[in-house]
Amino acid sequence: MEEVDVEPPVTVSTGSAAGKHLGFAWGPGDILVYETLYKASGMCSPFIHEVRKDEDIYSPILRKLFNESHHIFVGLQTIREDLPSKNKKPQFVSISKNYRSVIRACMEELQQVAGVSILLAIELIWNLCEVLFIDAAPAGSLLLHLLDWVRLHKADVDEKARDVLQSESPAEHESYWDVVLGYVLQGRLEEARQMLVKQASLHPAARNMFKLMDTLLSKMPFYNPSGTQTLTEFDVKWRHWHEEVDRCLQDNSFASNQHLEAICKILVGDEDTLLEHKDLLSTWYHFLVTRLLFCHPTVKPTELHYYAQSCLTMFLDSRSAPEPLDSILLAAFEFDIHQVIKDCSIALNNWWFVAHLTDLLDHCKLLQSHNLHFGSNLREFLLLEYASGLFTHHSLWQLAVDYFDHCPEFGRVYLELQIERVPLDTERKALKVLRICEQRQMSEQVRSICKIMAMRALRNNRLGSALSWSIRAKDAAFATLISERFLQDYCAKGTFSDLDLIDNLGPAMLLSDRLTFLGKYREFHKLYGEKRFREAAKLLLSLMTAKIAPRSFWMTLLTDALPLLEQKEVSFQDTFDLQKHTCVSLQEEDIEVTKVELLRLALARNLAMAIVKEGTVEA
Amino acid sequence: MFVARSIAADHKDLIHDVSYDFHGRRMATCSSDQSVKVWDKSENGEWHCTASWKTHSGSVWRVTWAHPEFGQVLASCSFDRTAAVWEEIVGESNDKQRGLSHWIKRTTLVDSRTSVTDVKFAPKHMGLMLTTCSADGVVRIYEAPDVMNLSQWSLQHEISCKLSCSCISWNPSSSRAHPPMFAVGSDDSNVAYGGKVQIYEYNENTRKYAKAETLMTVTDAVHDIAFAPNLGRSFHVLAIATKDVRIFKLAPMRKESTSTGPTKFEVQIVAQFDNHNSQVWRVSWNITSTLLASSGDDGCVRLWKANYMDNWKCTGILKGDGSPLTGSSGQPTAMSTVVGSSVQASQSALNGMSAGRYFFPPLDPPRAGTRYGHLLPPSSLIENCDVEPIQPQQQVLPHRLSSRALLPLPEAEGQ
Repeated sequence: MEEVDVEPPVTVSTGSAAGKHLGFAWGPGDILVYETLYKASGMCSPFIHEVRKDEDIYSPILRKLFNESHHIFVGLQTIREDLPSKNKKPQFVSISKNYRSVIRACMEELQQVAGVSILLAIELIWNLCEVLFIDAAPAGSLLLHLLDWVRLHKADVDEKARDVLQSESPAEHESYWDVVLGYVLQGRLEEARQMLVKQASLHPAARNMFKLMDTLLSKMPFYNPSGTQTLTEFDVKWRHWHEEVDRCLQDNSFASNQHLEAICKILVGDEDTLLEHKDLLSTWYHFLVTRLLFCHPTVKPTELHYYAQSCLTMFLDSRSAPEPLDSILLAAFEFDIHQVIKDCSIALNNWWFVAHLTDLLDHCKLLQSHNLHFGSNLREFLLLEYASGLFTHHSLWQLAVDYFDHCPEFGRVYLELQIERVPLDTERKALKVLRICEQRQMSEQVRSICKIMAMRALRNNRLGSALSWSIRAKDAAFATLISERFLQDYCAKGTFSDLDLIDNLGPAMLLSDRLTFLGKYREFHKLYGEKRFREAAKLLLSLMTAKIAPRSFWMTLLTDALPLLEQKEVSFQDTFDLQKHTCVSLQEEDIEVTKVELLRLALARNLAMAIVKEGTVEA
Repeated sequence: MFVARSIAADHKDLIHDVSYDFHGRRMATCSSDQSVKVWDKSENGEWHCTASWKTHSGSVWRVTWAHPEFGQVLASCSFDRTAAVWEEIVGESNDKQRGLSHWIKRTTLVDSRTSVTDVKFAPKHMGLMLTTCSADGVVRIYEAPDVMNLSQWSLQHEISCKLSCSCISWNPSSSRAHPPMFAVGSDDSNVAYGGKVQIYEYNENTRKYAKAETLMTVTDAVHDIAFAPNLGRSFHVLAIATKDVRIFKLAPMRKESTSTGPTKFEVQIVAQFDNHNSQVWRVSWNITSTLLASSGDDGCVRLWKANYMDNWKCTGILKGDGSPLTGSSGQPTAMSTVVGSSVQASQSALNGMSAGRYFFPPLDPPRAGTRYGHLLPPSSLIENCDVEPIQPQQQVLPHRLSSRALLPLPEAEGQ
């Protein structure tokens, strides 16, 4: 009774029998499951099982499907809304065909690996939806499209025909009549006639009979939608031909050849005969199309469901029940789009098909949306599911971004939640993620990514990288912390690392006081190195007087000032200021006495020099 | 769903918790063997244990990761009445080559006088904050004021819940409209003590946490609790593991501007599932909160999903088979159940990597009796669904079975 609606349980191997619990943890694309006991302690299986939700995402061949359909999807989103719907229809049909050709390309690749059947089913359903919903062919053309549909998906006639024709004596090949009948059942009458010629030449006595059949086949009218003939005219012509075939049957014209007789019965649309060839038809929908071809060639879209239902019932014997594919196709014939999508989401494990088909049908304005407070409409729901699946993949997640972008209601929130979980394995990948966030003004994600990268760089002692990431994150506190590290490093080693970065801070320097100081202090070193002592001295002094310099660093600064004080061209007109600062720092910290003595001496000498100089100028 | 690989955890006793890091590239496990192990995922998806150390002097109940903005930081809590904070330090380069990492204890939080039952970091927008709850009914909120110095944690709040606490969950919403809020669950089984889930909210004025709500309908022991990601909504969603799985919606009611008390909520139950048919021990949301997982006494993990009509259904079950596992890693075992009516035999080979849950195989005569599993799986799309408790969905087998040639539904027969 329980859970008839649930996918079969996944079993994980555990060491012991009943009474144990399973614990679990959600990951980005999987769940970790382990055995545990919530009530007491005891021994349990020591294994943790990684259970994945979506296996398709990891298929290398389906990757192609995901990648290429992404382009088509993006193209579809850019079709202008304001075009008159008449102009849009051919575009939608061509987009639909593009999707199908991607599926076909994948199938061809998969053929070598086997396991193509799900794609085959997908393409079959899609093609039918294209005929019925997107192209929406009217009576007359409808049957022609359906014939194409059946021919495309029942291609084994051609394979058999090849075998037969390549044999030494085609007309005596065991599959010969299967091929002829196969052609007739698909309305490929020209090819059937060509095959029949081979048989006719073997039976000169029955020449007239073959001739008659050839005439019947060649005269069968087909509707030409681009011609001048009206549907009524075609109908009259077709009825005329049908009566002629019927007459031949009544006359027993083909009684002496059971094969020709069978063909004739098929042409007249005899249901029993058709059903005798179930193995050649192989599916109820082939039966349906053949039956329409020979009984109701002018079927209207609205009548389809009646024939579809009865063909399904007639075709499947009493023991068998319809399968998911049957229900889906039947729903399509009933023009129940919603049911098609629902059944497909149930029967197919992946969201690729339903998401893309629904999106296309929605663009064709074929879906009424189902608005509700929690989810958005059906299209968005399916696209979100599909894109979330892509996000669990290490490279496909980039495709998902565009899908989220085209989900107006929850797309952005989903993207925000998913993108911050993308592992930032390398700086390059981090920059890629960052760019996506920046383009979408996702400021919190931008900040967080930069912060994570800054933290990681700092932990690995890559100060330059840490500083540039925190500047990017506009994280003042962290920038202060890293600047501090730079200064500490300088105090310890007497040199700066990452000069390029510090030299080119520019306005970013203003992010934090400490960073400003770091930048300016480095500038001082540069001036000093260039022997521009006067400017260097000025800068040094301003750093101290403007109180940007951290107190703890003053002693270093004063020591740096030492050689400047001795320079001839530098006279500290503000030596007093400097002295004042020295006094302050001396009061507050205990510093090596020799250093202080040196400082005092230098200051005094400088002061003396300044006084002498000034006095000289005045005199 | 399929088991992609199995990892030999190599704990000497029961594993109590497994926790993914923020990016899903690392995980931590903890056990009754008093140790924590850290695992790193390699390029090819294999997990390697890079650290394993004794963390506590009792069973370790929970292990959890801080947001990577704060570095590589773990917290654990234990039966030994303590919680601890661990930080990975970047070690010698030859350690890295050998694939090892070093974790050092930054602090031990010893304020609890009983077993510390849960430990959670607060949402990152609140800074680096750690919350514990313990069997003596106290929730403690600690803060590391300097994120570069994890050895200093100050106890900011101590909230007495009066009932033995088993689990806590922070509301992850970072919206300015939502003050910091957490829910705490109690595993006290005495129904007479009333609601077992309490919601606390931070009050800007008093700078204290105050109780905003008690879920009075949850009277049985609560084992786990989980807020869903907010998705920019005005209301909050909370999942609860008690004797069944429950999902609540908490919609803040409009406050009067003069009111300084805590927000009042309109509490509404969204779903209730008794499929576990027993106590439920864990609940947890996936990243976008489209899936909820729960684990119960029936030994199963069940997955729950809302369709676009906001109807919740079970969409998957994981269960143990009771058989010992021999290898440490396995090939993906695709769960391909097969039935269909019509595709050529040559193209039907089952293949784990090809798509679906349901293949469309050769001209096999369809087998009656197998079909409901295929026609009635977990569609998140199936609309009408009774939420409490969920009913088997029959409406997806619609009119198209009307033909008398087909077998009647066994469910229909049974009714």
